[in-house]
Amino acid sequence: MNLTVNGVEHELESHALRPLLHVLREELGITSPKAGCQQGGCGTCTVLVDGEPRRSCLLPLAAVDGAAITTVEGLGTPEQLGPVQAAFHDKYGSQCGFCTPGMLLATHALIERSPKAGRDEIEEALAGHVCRCTGYVKILEAVEAAVGSAS
Amino acid sequence: MTGESQAVGLSDVSVLIPSSADEAVAAFGDGKDVTVVAGGTIVLPDLVAGRLRPKSALFLGRAGLSGIARADGRVTIGAATPVSDLADADAPLAEAARHVGDLEVRAQATVGGNLCSVASDDAPRGDLQAPLLALAASVRSTGKDGEKTEPLEDFLADGAGRLVLDVSYDDAPRQAGYASVWRPHTHHYTILAVAAAKRDGELRVAATGVGPKAVLVSPDDPLAALELRDDPLASAWYRARLLPRLVERALAILEGHEND
Repeated sequence: MNLTVNGVEHELESHALRPLLHVLREELGITSPKAGCQQGGCGTCTVLVDGEPRRSCLLPLAAVDGAAITTVEGLGTPEQLGPVQAAFHDKYGSQCGFCTPGMLLATHALIERSPKAGRDEIEEALAGHVCRCTGYVKILEAVEAAVGSAS
Repeated sequence: MTGESQAVGLSDVSVLIPSSADEAVAAFGDGKDVTVVAGGTIVLPDLVAGRLRPKSALFLGRAGLSGIARADGRVTIGAATPVSDLADADAPLAEAARHVGDLEVRAQATVGGNLCSVASDDAPRGDLQAPLLALAASVRSTGKDGEKTEPLEDFLADGAGRLVLDVSYDDAPRQAGYASVWRPHTHHYTILAVAAAKRDGELRVAATGVGPKAVLVSPDDPLAALELRDDPLASAWYRARLLPRLVERALAILEGHEND
């Protein structure tokens, strides 16, 4: 099976039902998607599959054969943050950081599909993402800032 | 025993990946020892954790079986259609679909999976079952004794172990209503939901969250012959008080005076 992750192609021999999350973390060493609840309920394993946010813990490898995957590593670098990352940094949208990868990717996908998203759309886009620090006020401010700078 | 189950890993599950509906039907056969993986939202965590250990798994994601068609007076929804595709479907189906999980889960979860889902110990599942019962839907499935098409209520009662191919209902004007109570988590967990649809004077009312699967209920006596579930979201006592109120509300919406 073939997978393009952050622009790099990989050929994999893994079991077809192995979750994408485990393939990314354990076989490819890409550790930004976190293994949180591992049943689809927390959002921190979220990655982009052909640009759409998906739960990597729920996706068997067979479902993403030939797909392009984007993780936080593909959004920017520590020296040059992507615009969504920069907004989260500026607005203190991250505390312990465990939920941040999913929040960043869900926000990135939201802006791609709806560059002028309002508050309701933002809340719907992030509804499946839990922040265990309960830092939602700052997270929503960061997302609104990211939407504002994009539009 | 424990040692035995630990020795059997995911690598011992053979995976079939059919690339057409016909291949899927042939690969499923009589369904013995086959687990179907479509969206994976319920099944994959069970497979990964070893709670489910079939001999083989049928991955449905490449078999087509996806899409909504309106033809010959019927609306037909393929089993592998993602729940998110129902956001603009007919009432009361669309509203129930919008309440499933969250944005990412709705995009992965499938209609067929929802029809096959059974409530867990923790929460009800199968939010699409009640609205499709209200719409008098039929399920086309394959498995032991071949293909058959039957009313959804018969499939829910007796369809375990079959592969859903599609679900369909008459493409006709109806009055409809939907009322639900759910608990906000990251997901909307439906505690109880009532869907109602009326066509040519015939009223059908169904409820999700009363038991393992959705059931048709009597609009005049919703609690008749029901054994209500008790789970961490709500007690049977609470559900018994909630159900008649939700039926009233769904019927008020159906009749067009939801603000009364």
